[in-house]
Amino acid sequence: MAGIPHDHYEPKAAWEKSLAKRLPIIGLMYDTLMIPTPKNLNWMWIWGIVLTFVLVLQIVTGIVLVMHYTPHVDYAFSSVEHIMRNVNGGHMLRYIHQNGASLFFVAVYAHILRGMYYGSYKSPREITWIIGMLIYLLMMGTAFMGYVLPWGQMSFWGATVITGLFGAIPFVGEALQTWLLGGPAVDNATLNRFFSLHYLLPFVILGLVVVHIWAFHTTGNNNPTGVEVRRTSKEEAEKDTLPFWPYFVIKDLFALAVILAVFFAVVGFMPNYLGHPDNYIEANPLATPAHIVPEWYFLPFYAILRAFDDTVWIVQLASFVTGGIIDAKFFGVLAMFGSIAVMALAPWLDTSSVRSARYRPMLKWWFWLFVVNFFVLMWVGAMPAEGIYPVIALIGSAYWFAYFLIILPLLGVIEKPLAQPDTIEDDFAAHYPKAADKAATGQAQATPAE
Amino acid sequence: MFRTLTLSAVAALGLATAGHAAGAYDTHIEDFDFSFEGPFGTYDQNQLQRGLQVYTEICAACHGLKFVPIRSLSEEGGPAMPEDQVRAYAEQFEVFDPEIDDFRPARPSDHFPESGLENAPDLSLMAKARAGFHGPYGLGINQFFKGIGGPEYIASLLTGYTGEEKEEAGVTLYENKAFPGGWIAMAPPLYGEDVDYADGHENDLHHISEDVSAFLMWTAEPKMMARKQAGFVGVVFLTLLSVLLYLTNKRLWAPVKGKETI
Repeated sequence: MAGIPHDHYEPKAAWEKSLAKRLPIIGLMYDTLMIPTPKNLNWMWIWGIVLTFVLVLQIVTGIVLVMHYTPHVDYAFSSVEHIMRNVNGGHMLRYIHQNGASLFFVAVYAHILRGMYYGSYKSPREITWIIGMLIYLLMMGTAFMGYVLPWGQMSFWGATVITGLFGAIPFVGEALQTWLLGGPAVDNATLNRFFSLHYLLPFVILGLVVVHIWAFHTTGNNNPTGVEVRRTSKEEAEKDTLPFWPYFVIKDLFALAVILAVFFAVVGFMPNYLGHPDNYIEANPLATPAHIVPEWYFLPFYAILRAFDDTVWIVQLASFVTGGIIDAKFFGVLAMFGSIAVMALAPWLDTSSVRSARYRPMLKWWFWLFVVNFFVLMWVGAMPAEGIYPVIALIGSAYWFAYFLIILPLLGVIEKPLAQPDTIEDDFAAHYPKAADKAATGQAQATPAE
Repeated sequence: MFRTLTLSAVAALGLATAGHAAGAYDTHIEDFDFSFEGPFGTYDQNQLQRGLQVYTEICAACHGLKFVPIRSLSEEGGPAMPEDQVRAYAEQFEVFDPEIDDFRPARPSDHFPESGLENAPDLSLMAKARAGFHGPYGLGINQFFKGIGGPEYIASLLTGYTGEEKEEAGVTLYENKAFPGGWIAMAPPLYGEDVDYADGHENDLHHISEDVSAFLMWTAEPKMMARKQAGFVGVVFLTLLSVLLYLTNKRLWAPVKGKETI
């Protein structure tokens, strides 16, 4: 795998040879675990492991929660309270699952931004990126439907608002919305199908995660320099890489342990900080909350959705050109999904031949502005759509699209990249001069001291 | 890139609660000093029992606690009343039993009754369903330090009546400094010295409000002490694991990085 020359598994014992002939599973595990990995990976390369762990954590806690949960409008809320009060360890399970969603999104945003900074999406890793975007979309769907299950006020009204988006689609919108909800409004049918899908989608995600890993194990990891591992000979490849086990497994586990310590502090000491108080009020179709706000991880996209009202000229233009088919509401929906679509297209929009922003003096600034803008959108998404907020949301949304549609294509033409290191070995040696000295005397590949 | 990490963590935590604050009214929430605040805060068993007394003698006339099983009054980490006392306590409530198709005195295995008054909200989860703190600038960041402020909201509401009244559409509304909008339909339920505590604790308005708010925090979060303990154990063990993995990682990479190993 990885096209990087390395040693493969050789069955030795008779039973190993016999097994390898019938099912090469040990070889598969060996190649996966011992994959040559660029040795200069920094701490931003730990999020994949965190994400994999959280996915498993959510599936395991979720399966146990399902044993005690009742997906029915009359019992959902009280069954969650039953979990919180009567089930052994139920309160921990539920809070871990609830805050696990937040950890999931913290990790995925860090993971995506890392990919954007170091140009991980570029050829030949486009498929990895696209699969990643699919996973991200499914994650959002799963999280949204999971938030509906406790059947609190925000669950109900969040579901009403978000499914209402589909109603904005011209011609088929209303029929589509009814089909999604299983009726004219959010009700028992909606809760049941959301429950079913909330159970199903994580396993789809799990499957895509396998494909995601398969894809980047085929191309090899990107790394902070964006320079490819040398593949001309095994000796050269070994100078650029280290086997995943034990070097990166231990490193990743260390990072995971630190992150989980923080996570446990949140679960143990402030489990409701990231939630909304209104969701401790049972759903009531007759009482609309003062402000319907999505969970924090949806806020940037909620801001983009609301940014395009009918006072914006581009919305008016779209409405005029299409004869009113694209109205402000539908435009907002298009903008929200479009914001993720343009991100998915990044591999083809970015025209620069250099991967890593480390050697792209201009992109660096635009990238950090993108990060700041992301948080501004998050903030403005939580604010009421009045006063100065819609203006900020509009500017932020415009920058989001400009980053992908204008800045990325343009920078490849006008930017003068800095000199990149010739090899990963050189980059590593620049960080660890002593390692370079030892390499000169032929000790670099020494095994760890006993 | 490390900046992204720190930045995202801080900003996410800070912004996350911004939504709750949006549309916060100009209300006054007093920051009561509860025993259960902070990572090591615990419920005060005596205070919970006093709060139960206030709830039973006053609030229960209109408000229910339908999610709370009466038996949980005897649980550790709560009021921890003796079981025979809980059994005797339960008998004051009448519940409908479909098996005998009639009302009977409640048992510890039953839940507290639902609200008796139609418009009176159930109080089981009230302390988690309200946020007392929203600032600064509606960002909700102060919840990180002060807590979300549910029990503070309840206590401030109970002590927040100004004495002003008005009639609106045939309903009497009472001015209250803590209530969003400033006018509440609930008549002042407490005036001070409404109950006599067996333990001789002060029973002025401030103390009674504080006690019943603490009790309602417990009804909303009965496993809080177990949760904090689990969180603490988790943090300690994971920190220890982090240290061990850090040392392992350092040793493992030392030869690669050309560093000396011990």
